[in-house]
Amino acid sequence: MIDALTVALGATALLLAAWCGFAAYRDQPTKDWHFIGMALVALLAVVQLVIGVVRLVGGADPEQGVAIFVAYLIGSALAVPIAGFMSLAERTRWGSATVSAAAVVLAVLEVRLYDIWGGVGG
Amino acid sequence: MAGDPAAGKPGSAVAGKPESAARTGLGQGPGRLLVMVYGVFTVAAASRSIYQLIAQYHEAPLAYILSAVSAAVYAFITVSLVRGGEGARKAAFVCCAAELVGVLTVGTWTLADPSAFPDQTVWSDYGMGYLFIPIFLPVTGLMWLRKARRG
Repeated sequence: MIDALTVALGATALLLAAWCGFAAYRDQPTKDWHFIGMALVALLAVVQLVIGVVRLVGGADPEQGVAIFVAYLIGSALAVPIAGFMSLAERTRWGSATVSAAAVVLAVLEVRLYDIWGGVGG
Repeated sequence: MAGDPAAGKPGSAVAGKPESAARTGLGQGPGRLLVMVYGVFTVAAASRSIYQLIAQYHEAPLAYILSAVSAAVYAFITVSLVRGGEGARKAAFVCCAAELVGVLTVGTWTLADPSAFPDQTVWSDYGMGYLFIPIFLPVTGLMWLRKARRG
């Protein structure tokens, strides 16, 4: 379950990065549709955080340690919302570029999370 | 990492100067992207070094202390970009130069003497573990800070 979610989140994060990167390329700020996209990705990240914590409480043991796992989960949940607020303050192409960069960071975090969880299964 | 928390400290503001007048907008436009990336690297380097200094200090003390130093440099540049103003711009310029020297030194050091580094730092092998962003970041920062003076 958490593995599938990690893969899905990584893929949607890359899509968001490409989409907002395209907006930046076309010299456009983030628009309503972009924010809906960000909300979806952020929601997935929050769901992942909740599921991850529930699994930990249930006795699961990430391969590389609980502290690192939780830190990455929190970082994943915060990345896109923070960039979203920054793009609200920056109504130029650079706001879009910021969201795009944050989405790439999220994708990298998901790759690391996959390793940290260690394919315990489920 | 967040937008403006560092800006509103009345105690640290220069007495007698209205803060808004001193701003040069270092954290706007392309600067906003830099703030984000520097923020990410601050969090990454700081959390990594704090965790490693506490949990496994004896494995590779040199690497962990260097990570902590890089975290401090990243944090300072992030705050300077958000604050803006000519003083912050100069300070950030010096720090970006120091960051570049740090990446080049540590990068060369890790290649020349790997035995001194049983574990990675943010700047190991010129930042290879971080997609070489650590070596491009100070160059981009210096270019932006140079441009921000004229603009």
